Amino acid sequence: MTYEGWIIVTGVLVGASCSIIGVLLVLRQMAMISDAISHTVILGLVSAFLLTSTLDSFTMLIGAAVAGLLTTIVIQLLQNSGVQPDAAIGVTFTAFFALGVFLISRYAGNVHLDVNHALMGDIAFVPFQTVSVFGVSMPQAFLFVSVVLFLNVILAVLFYKEWKVSTFDPGLAVALGVPVAFLHYLLMTMTSVTAVSSFDSVGAVLVVAFMIVPAASAYLWTRSFPYMFVLSIFISAASCFSGYYAAKWLNVSISGSMAVMTGVFFLISFLFAGEDGIVTRVLRQKRKQRMQWNAASAAASQPERDRLNG
Amino acid sequence: MMQEWLSLLESPNLRWVLLGSMFLGIASGVIGSFVLLRKESLVGEAMSHAALPGVCLGFLAAGRELPALMIGAAVFGFISLWGIRIIHRNTKLKQDTAIGLILSVFFGLGIVLLTMITNSSAGNKSGLDSYIFGQAASMVQFDVWMMSGIAMLVTAAALLFFKEWKLVIFDPLFAGGLGWKTKTLNSILSFSIVLIVTAGIQAVGIILMSALIITPAIAARYWTDRLGIMVILSALIGAFSGLSGAALSALDGGIPTGPVVVLTATAVFVFSFLFAPGRGKLAQITAYRRFRRRWKKQQAVQALDSVPDTTPSRYAAWQKTLGVENSEARRLWNWLKKNRYLT
Repeated sequence: MTYEGWIIVTGVLVGASCSIIGVLLVLRQMAMISDAISHTVILGLVSAFLLTSTLDSFTMLIGAAVAGLLTTIVIQLLQNSGVQPDAAIGVTFTAFFALGVFLISRYAGNVHLDVNHALMGDIAFVPFQTVSVFGVSMPQAFLFVSVVLFLNVILAVLFYKEWKVSTFDPGLAVALGVPVAFLHYLLMTMTSVTAVSSFDSVGAVLVVAFMIVPAASAYLWTRSFPYMFVLSIFISAASCFSGYYAAKWLNVSISGSMAVMTGVFFLISFLFAGEDGIVTRVLRQKRKQRMQWNAASAAASQPERDRLNG
Repeated sequence: MMQEWLSLLESPNLRWVLLGSMFLGIASGVIGSFVLLRKESLVGEAMSHAALPGVCLGFLAAGRELPALMIGAAVFGFISLWGIRIIHRNTKLKQDTAIGLILSVFFGLGIVLLTMITNSSAGNKSGLDSYIFGQAASMVQFDVWMMSGIAMLVTAAALLFFKEWKLVIFDPLFAGGLGWKTKTLNSILSFSIVLIVTAGIQAVGIILMSALIITPAIAARYWTDRLGIMVILSALIGAFSGLSGAALSALDGGIPTGPVVVLTATAVFVFSFLFAPGRGKLAQITAYRRFRRRWKKQQAVQALDSVPDTTPSRYAAWQKTLGVENSEARRLWNWLKKNRYLT
């Protein structure tokens, strides 16, 4: 496949696996967890490097996944001890991130461990690092991302009913004997693994864009759980395409431009989506006014009608 | 070590940097207390990330001039705040989703603009990198003046509006009933948050600025239930963190300021979380233990009633009613004996 093709395909796969997670996170009001995890990935990378002193991708992945899980556990612990939910998230991830940056600048300053890259990523480099599977050469990031997407799809489909009930009615889920706590930690693990597999290609902070924005946009269009998944995947794919070509046109960061495009799609949804859209709401109001006007003018006598028409 | 410190203090520029960082810590600690109680801790996070495109636009417009960069950051801080409000008010999306959304899209925009600046080879963009992680030691005197000035302004505003903000946060309806302009008061508070984030990002960095608002306040919350004391404590913790962060990063140029500031504040938080009287983990565990012991004694006395004096092998019957292990039963039995429940 061409250079361009690999970038777009990898982007679409990242978008799809982030969307699946994102829908669940947005509906469960845990959107900021993805922000927290994407920041603490740095700590995982540094710790993995300092412990094993290799820069092997697989070691890095494991380190980052462990750091992500640790973040969610600490946040949960603080929330259970009565710290405000949003403050618990804020305290935890900034501390982990600070520790990560501190360790890099203190002990790994001369190693090629680029914080800027991990944060902002660059999907433009994806096609250069290739591996060979069954004789087919493909980018390493593509391989990681497709494996994670596969896992996410399997878990989402396998526990579909459980996700649905535990998301919309946790009380009922507990009463029905659905393992709510297990699902919570499963989702946290999936978030962590997905963020980690994606940050290398699109950058840690932009993983957040792919997780939250398409899901939030899709939520404005539909009230159906399955459609929300489909729509969200569709929006993220559209953002990848348009983002790539916009970046090529303006010669700027591809992943940054993809994130901006998710924002553009959100803006469109915000203005036009379903019953909540700002523009649709105004139009509906206008139509209602006109109908009232027509009714009033039809009921009015001739001289009054003349007055109304000016 | 000590001599190094003293020699550092002789450099006038560093003295200014330390003082500025301290003022920044005080102001963000004070504002952070109100923000925490308003349950908007993560708004600062969105604001600071959204400042990146603002800083870049300021750079594109006027070069590396601090006022331009700060105006850009402040404008985008407001836009992000406004965006979160609009999304939250007009859709079914929750506030945290709105925050994450604004944060990530604006940061993406910032990265796009950053690459634009790099590509246009406008030359000196090294100043912009320090905005992401913060480098207090690289600040010149004018930067420090600017930061200290804003910090003092914000602190003064907090002192001036202390009573008003307190009521607006805890009982907005009552404040409205008194005829106060709650909307204006809230806007002044939001304006203060934007100002302090804008002033702080150069020293602490975009990504960690939110911690300077959240962490000292949440640590202070553990020690008191009074807002006034909480604000003072939070200011002290902020000042201590800011001071130590700036000093350490000045001692070793390789360490960015932001992480050290945040790690210091986090250390204070962890200490408070564990050892604060009343709310701290340790205090809670001891309180629970004490409660449990008292409750067990009550149970022991009650169990005694169900086994009258005449019961054969009274101790065994009593232990069975109480249902505790041997060692604990013996302890409780001795306590009963000592306090003359057994005649």
